[in-house]
Amino acid sequence: MGALGPYNETVMEHFSNPRNMGELDGANAVGDVGNPACGDMMRLYLKIEDGKIADAKFKTFGCGAAIASSSMLTEIIKGMTIEEAKKVTNEQVNEQLGGLPPVKIHCSLMAEEALKAAFENYEKEAAKKAS
Amino acid sequence: MRKTYLDNNATTPLHPKVLEAMLPFYKELYGNPSSIHHFGREVSGAIADARHKAADLLGCDVSELYFTSGGTEADNLAVIGTAFANSEKGKHVITSPIEHHAVLEACHFLEKQGYEVTYLPVDSKGFVDPDELKKAIRKDTTVVSIMHINNETGVVQDIPALAKIAKESGVYFHTDAVQSAGKVPINLKEFGVDMLSASAHKINGPKGTGLIYIKKGTRIQRLAHGGSHESGMRAGTENVAGMIGMVKALEISCEMMDSELEKYGRYSSKLWDGLNEKLSDIVLNGPADERRLKNTLNISFKGIESEAILLNLDMLGIGVASGSACSSGSTEPSHVMLAMGVKPEIARGSVRISFGKFTTDEDIEYTLEQLPPVIERLRKMSPVA
Repeated sequence: MGALGPYNETVMEHFSNPRNMGELDGANAVGDVGNPACGDMMRLYLKIEDGKIADAKFKTFGCGAAIASSSMLTEIIKGMTIEEAKKVTNEQVNEQLGGLPPVKIHCSLMAEEALKAAFENYEKEAAKKAS
Repeated sequence: MRKTYLDNNATTPLHPKVLEAMLPFYKELYGNPSSIHHFGREVSGAIADARHKAADLLGCDVSELYFTSGGTEADNLAVIGTAFANSEKGKHVITSPIEHHAVLEACHFLEKQGYEVTYLPVDSKGFVDPDELKKAIRKDTTVVSIMHINNETGVVQDIPALAKIAKESGVYFHTDAVQSAGKVPINLKEFGVDMLSASAHKINGPKGTGLIYIKKGTRIQRLAHGGSHESGMRAGTENVAGMIGMVKALEISCEMMDSELEKYGRYSSKLWDGLNEKLSDIVLNGPADERRLKNTLNISFKGIESEAILLNLDMLGIGVASGSACSSGSTEPSHVMLAMGVKPEIARGSVRISFGKFTTDEDIEYTLEQLPPVIERLRKMSPVA
């Protein structure tokens, strides 16, 4: 553990000043993952327009790594096309955060899973509308 | 930045008078107490005086106290030492699920050696029911270990009642008093235990020193083999400065006990009432009444995780703990909270605030000012709040 505690400066910066935190009005894709009883929980809101992520916001119950990963994920995916965003992985989130402590890497996985869940819900909704 | 230390159950700052008492033993009084020459004799004399003082303060005979490297070693010695020494009688040990890891891991070690361990249940406030102990004692039970005051919640067990049950059944009784010795009155003449562990650094003494009281006649096997130090109970050249420091810390703690207990009660009420005025959905883990040592306030903030609270408070200069300090590297909820039946999502939001001799009114006021906005900010971030 360094002088800053268990996390590096980037992680602490995202934890202290999370980007895109809160609910998103007009979100048309929401991904929920985890549950508070057995671990962290994250809700990701996406506003998808013309196949692109026009806006993204999150709410997270979890540790510093979970909150920082959520914040970083929204930064990464904003402005991406759906196809591009589908390729985003937790390794990428972890890398952009400058590396989480090994025991906390699973927290960045939650961000990737929330994104997948949001797209699944979005596609389900789209299919419903089409049928 | 203002520094506010509210983690006194983890450790405490060394009292200046304790340091003063210790320093000569790091300088001119360097002799080995086992040596016959005057270099050794003046040190062995100082240790004898300190041991007498400690025996007076705790209400036992001087021959019943043994210094150790800390609470952990004392706990290990009590549990493993008596289990080993009495294995002809049986291989059954009784403890509780809310013990410190120093006892729990000693029990796990015994399990690997073929011993059987019963973990008595605790109720929602963390109490062990004496009737449950009575039911759990068997013919092959040799030792019961139940902690006096819990490090996470401050719950105070009724040790005299529990020890009496063990005694009636002819079973040894040990209590881990690491969080209580020097903080609440303990008179070993009336307490009824066969063994008691204490630590120096929880009461403004040095780290790396503890002691164990072992009642005369207790069958116990030593764990550290070597010379005949500590009447053969614990080999190894004495940590002289540590022993002197521990006894000085115990002496100061006993002198200040009444006023400290009054202060803890005041701080606990002020902080708990103040937080309740400003925040909703907060839960006190452990008893609210006098069956809790009020230096400890364990609070769950619904909808948020404790690590996020700790990091935020740390940025404001406030040091508190989540669950047990020893398990903060893991993300599991505390074993104490889970044993009490606290829901995992509530347990994960638990923060332990613990006061000590150097905690001031200003520390409480500053915390009361800084903590609620942190909770509100984190709750805004949470999908479950």
